[in-house]
Amino acid sequence: MGEAVGEKGFQTKELTVSMGPQHPATHGVLKLVLDLDGETVVKCTPYVGYLHRGVEKLGENRTYFSALPLTDRLDYISSMSNNVGYVNAVETLFGIEAPERAKYIRTICAEMSRISSHIIWVATHALDIGAMTVFLYSFREREWILDLFEMLTGARLTVSYPRIGGVRNDVSQEFLDSLYKFVLEFPGRVDEYETLIDQNRIWLQRTKGIGIISAEEAVNWGLTGATLRGSGVNYDVRKANPYDVYDKVQFDVPLGKAGDVYDRYRCRMEELRQSARIIKQCIEQIPAGPILAPEAHKFVLPPKENVLKSMEALIHHFILITKGPLTAPVGEVYSATEVPKGELGFYIVSDGSGKPYRMRVRAPSFVHASVLPRLSEGHLLADVIANIGTIDIVLGECDR
Amino acid sequence: MNFLEIIFRPASFDVIVQLAIMVLKVVVVVGVIMLHVTYATYFERKSIGHMQVRLGPMRTGPHGLLQPIADFVKLFFKEDIIPAAADKPIFYMAPVISIFAGMSSLAVIPFFNGFVIANINIGLLFVLAMSSLGAYGIVMAGWSSNSKYSFLGGLRSSAQVISYEIALGLSLVGVMMMAGSLNMTEIVKAQLAYPTGMFLFPQILGFFVFMVAAFAETNRTPFDLPEAESELVAGYFVEYSGMRFALFYVAEYIGMIVMSLIAITCFLGGWDGPFQIPYVPFAWVFIKLYILIFLFYWIRATVPRFRYDHLMSFGWKILIPLALFNVVLTGLLKTLNVI
Repeated sequence: MGEAVGEKGFQTKELTVSMGPQHPATHGVLKLVLDLDGETVVKCTPYVGYLHRGVEKLGENRTYFSALPLTDRLDYISSMSNNVGYVNAVETLFGIEAPERAKYIRTICAEMSRISSHIIWVATHALDIGAMTVFLYSFREREWILDLFEMLTGARLTVSYPRIGGVRNDVSQEFLDSLYKFVLEFPGRVDEYETLIDQNRIWLQRTKGIGIISAEEAVNWGLTGATLRGSGVNYDVRKANPYDVYDKVQFDVPLGKAGDVYDRYRCRMEELRQSARIIKQCIEQIPAGPILAPEAHKFVLPPKENVLKSMEALIHHFILITKGPLTAPVGEVYSATEVPKGELGFYIVSDGSGKPYRMRVRAPSFVHASVLPRLSEGHLLADVIANIGTIDIVLGECDR
Repeated sequence: MNFLEIIFRPASFDVIVQLAIMVLKVVVVVGVIMLHVTYATYFERKSIGHMQVRLGPMRTGPHGLLQPIADFVKLFFKEDIIPAAADKPIFYMAPVISIFAGMSSLAVIPFFNGFVIANINIGLLFVLAMSSLGAYGIVMAGWSSNSKYSFLGGLRSSAQVISYEIALGLSLVGVMMMAGSLNMTEIVKAQLAYPTGMFLFPQILGFFVFMVAAFAETNRTPFDLPEAESELVAGYFVEYSGMRFALFYVAEYIGMIVMSLIAITCFLGGWDGPFQIPYVPFAWVFIKLYILIFLFYWIRATVPRFRYDHLMSFGWKILIPLALFNVVLTGLLKTLNVI
C-alpha cells in the first residue's frame, strides 16, 4: 500500500475501511473495501456474492413455467419486471405470442413495478444523502402501489403474475379505475418529492459533478438504463427493441448531459412521470379479448376443477409438473427487457427438453456494481454513498 | 472551639445558607433541564413524525407520552459493552466530558431576572469555553473506541469544531460590543434598555451566523457529519451502548438547549417578552426555547447532509467573513451613535 514518510519522519498510510456487507447505506449486502487517504477514496473494491442463491442453476432444474417464481427473487423490489422479462424470453424461444390484452396488462404491470422501484430508489438515495423526509413521502406512494399489486395479483412483492403466453388472471374494471386514479395523482406526488430536494443547494452540491462518466465510457462499461441515459446515450430497450405494447404508446426517454449523479437523478425522476403516462395510455387503449394465447395450455396448468374431473387434464397437469412443456425447440435465445435498473437479459439455451439447458441472467445491477470504483475513486467517502445510490443496485439481482 | 461552634457562627451560617440555596438552584435547573431533554426526544419524534406523514411514538402511554421514560429504562438496564481493544479510561471518560461540558454551561444562563446559578462576569466566555470542551468528548470517544468508523467521526468532529468555534465566538462579539459586558444578566439588561427589547435587529447577521454555528456545534442536521448515519454508521459513538450511549444522546440534546438558551440570552431579549406573563417570570425564556428547539427539528426534517469539504469551506469562506463583517459593522454603527 502507499506508505509514505512525511517531512518529520511520520509514517502515513491509507486507512482501509470495510464498508458492508452490514452497513446502512450499501443497499443490501454489498461490501466495499475502501482505502482512504483522509476522507478521499484512493481505492474502492466491491465484493459481491453475499446474496448468491444460484438462481441460474436452479433455473436449469426447473421446468420453464416453474422457474418463474425464481425471477421474482432477482430484483425483489420490481419483481413484476423480471417476470415480464422472463416470460418474454421463453415466449421468444417457443415462438408464441401473447394476446393483445395480455400485452397491455403486462405493460401496465411492468410500468407499475418501474414506479415502485424508482420510488424506493429516490427514497433511499435521498436518505443516504441525509434528506430523511423524502424517504417517508415516497413510501406513502409505494404503499399505494403495493396495494394495487395486491388487488391485481394477491401478492405485494413477489407477484409471479405473468404466464408464458399471457397473464394469470384478467384485470378487473375496479382495478383499472383505482390505477387510473393513481396515475392521475402520481405526477403531483413526484413534484412533491422534488420540492424537497430538486433545488436544494446542499442536494445540488452533493450531486452535481459527482461520479461523472462520459457517454463513451458508460457504453464501454456496459451500463444500461437510467445510469447510461444520465450520460446522454439514447438507449432504451423499450424504444430500441419494443416488446409488449411499447410501440403503441407515446413516451419520452429522458436523457442527461453531464453524466453525474444529478443528471441520473433527473432522468429517473422524469421516468417516474413517463411511466405514469404509459400506464394512463394503456388503460385508455386496453382492448377486450383473451388473456392467454391459444398455445398457452402447453405451459399453463389446467384449471383445478378440470384436473379433478377429466383424465386428459390430469395427465396434462402431471406431465407439466414433472417434465415441463414437451414442445421446446432446440436452440438458444437472448431476450432483453428494460427493467427499472437497466437492461435485464435472459439467455436461454434449450436442448428440447422441458427444462432449459442453461439459463443465464444478464443482471444490470451486477454490471453497475463493477463501475463503482470508476465512479468513486478520487472522490470523498460521502460521495461513495451518493454513487451507490445513483447506480441503483439491488443485490438480489446482482448476486442472483 | 469545636466544630459545631464554627458552623453556627453567624458569618459561616450565612455561607451555609447561601450554599444551600446554590445547591437548591442547581438541583432545580438540572432537574428541569433533564426533564426537558427527556421530552425533547419525544417532541422531536412527534414533530418530525407529523412532518413526514407518520405519527411518531403512539404505543407507550397515551400518544406515546411514556416513550422517553421507556427508552431511558431500557438504555439504563442494557449491558454496557466495551470493545476489547478500546482505550478504557478514555472510553469511560468521553461521555462524561460531553455531558459535563453541556451541563456546566447552564450555570451562567439567567432564566429570569436574578435567577442564575453563577452570576460571573465572564459568563459568555465561560459558555464558549464549555462548548468547545464538549468536542473533546467526541474526539476522545472516536479515538478510544478503536474503530475506524468512530475514528473518522472523531476526526470530522474536531475539524468541524475548529471551523465553527471561531464563527460562533465572532458572532457574539457584536453582542458584547453592544452590551459592553460579558455577564449574561448584564447582556439581557442591556437589551431591555434597547428600543426593540432585543439585539436581534441590529445583530441580525450575528444571529444568523450564531444559529448556523450552533447547528454545527451540536452536530445537528445538516451538519451531522460526525455521526452521519449513512456513511459512518453512527460515527463517534458507534461502539457505545447502554447508558454510555444515552449519555451522548443526552449531551446532544443539552447542547441544543444550551445553544438555544445562549441565543435567547444574547439576541432574543432573555426573560423579557412583548407582554408580561404574571407569576411565571421564566415563561418567555421557555417559550423562546421551545420555538428554537422546534427550529432544530424542522431543519432536520427538511435538508440533506453537507459533505465534509463543503462544510469546511462554508465555515471558513462564508460564516467567518460574515461574522467579521458584522463586528466591523457594529463598530461602525456604534461609533456613529446609530445604535
